[in-house]
Amino acid sequence: MSAIKDTILEYIKNEYLEEGDDREVTFDTPIISGGIVDSFSMVSLKVFLETKYNISIPDAKASPEAFDSVNNIVSLLKELGVE
Amino acid sequence: MAYSQDIRNVFAAQIAEIKTAGLFKEERVICAPQSSEIEVEFPIGSAKKKVINMCANNYLGLSSHPDVVEAARKGLDHRGYGMSSVRFICGTQDIHKELEEKLTEFLGTEDTILFPSCFDANAGVFEAVLTEEDVMIADRLVHASIVDGMRLAKAQQDTYKHSDMAHLEQKLQLHQNKRIRLIITDGSFSMDGDLAKLDKIVELAEKYNAMVFIDESHTSGFIGKTGRGTHEHCGVMGRIDIITTTLGKALGGASGGCVSGRKEIVEMCRQRGRPYLFSNTVAPVVVEGALKVLDLISKSTERRDKLEENTIFWRKGLTEGGLIIKAGETPIVPVMLFNAKLSQDFSKDLYEEGIYAVGFFFPVVPKGQARIRTQLSAAHDRHHLEKALAAFLKVGAKYGILHKTKQEIIDMYGM
Repeated sequence: MSAIKDTILEYIKNEYLEEGDDREVTFDTPIISGGIVDSFSMVSLKVFLETKYNISIPDAKASPEAFDSVNNIVSLLKELGVE
Repeated sequence: MAYSQDIRNVFAAQIAEIKTAGLFKEERVICAPQSSEIEVEFPIGSAKKKVINMCANNYLGLSSHPDVVEAARKGLDHRGYGMSSVRFICGTQDIHKELEEKLTEFLGTEDTILFPSCFDANAGVFEAVLTEEDVMIADRLVHASIVDGMRLAKAQQDTYKHSDMAHLEQKLQLHQNKRIRLIITDGSFSMDGDLAKLDKIVELAEKYNAMVFIDESHTSGFIGKTGRGTHEHCGVMGRIDIITTTLGKALGGASGGCVSGRKEIVEMCRQRGRPYLFSNTVAPVVVEGALKVLDLISKSTERRDKLEENTIFWRKGLTEGGLIIKAGETPIVPVMLFNAKLSQDFSKDLYEEGIYAVGFFFPVVPKGQARIRTQLSAAHDRHHLEKALAAFLKVGAKYGILHKTKQEIIDMYGM
């Protein structure tokens, strides 16, 4: 799972941080409630996860809470059968 | 009883939270027609105050223009007050068709369909036109109505960093397996006042076989040499597939909106657009007013030229006076204050100085990006802007932020 965590963290930094933004983002950083990702641009993260791990994330499970940190996302992926 | 005290308490608690967070919005009651100077009662019950309005979307100053009002009045006599119908049943008059034709000509497209508002146009168009085989790729700062409209559609959603063409290109490459790729952007972004790089967007669209959608609500009537919009400004008229815009800002300020573009797209909206099918037709009085507006601005660029001069004067004055503004060339000019409470206090102080401009803060804009958004109008004369500028600089001096950097202001007031 640690490789998956690293991949997701790398994606979030590239996808959501502007050049010159030196905010620290870790596996625990609240990316949505912390204002790095908003509920609209969160869809891009959903697209990435579904494509990368060949899964479909039901809308009911794709909540801001479930996506609010790398650790939360990894828990969701485990629930959806991603090893 | 369904609405018990317990349920009432649930909502009361949510309202209390909004107040505690400093996010509660209060209406200011205006006791005059919309104009560069208005009379306001705020708070309710206090004496009315004459103020200069720096926050209306009345870009061309036509909201209360006597010719527009007269045309609307004649419209009431000529075609009545309301149609009591959706368009396709018995809600289409000859003047609706005439307005759609005039908008098609003005925007340089193939066809146009009216909606009750541009919010409705944006809510309806994606669902009517796209399927689950398609993808919508939107700029992250598009208007809330577009976000809502995208959520109603079955097509996949994706986003790109604001105005970042390299990021957009990556997304277009990612989605080459989709049937239709639709790039979605505002023409002018309503909180920042910057223009879309529409020429670059069209270039990418043609390279990666994508369609282009643009919401021109904050550009129709005054951006471009003859006010046609962002596409005229960027030299890409005729190459935009879907344009939505509003009649509720520069183009009269009453209500109404439209989808304009490729004729098949417009026909799909006519056949399947839910706000078109299930919501009342635009009232005849509004249609007649809008026809007069298009007539006025098609004959002369005097108003958009004056707006451009006002914009140049205002941006220069604020910058030289030491306030931080977002760079751009549109009449939407955000004065950056960064701290939410500062933006609210600044707005209150401006009001005391006779200037009406509102603070915007999270969640309307990102945290730490609070601002006073000012909007110019062709109805502003130089003396209005000189008075407003003096007030902004006076209040800026009071808070010690003139000629300070962003970091210095954040150090003083926090984010």
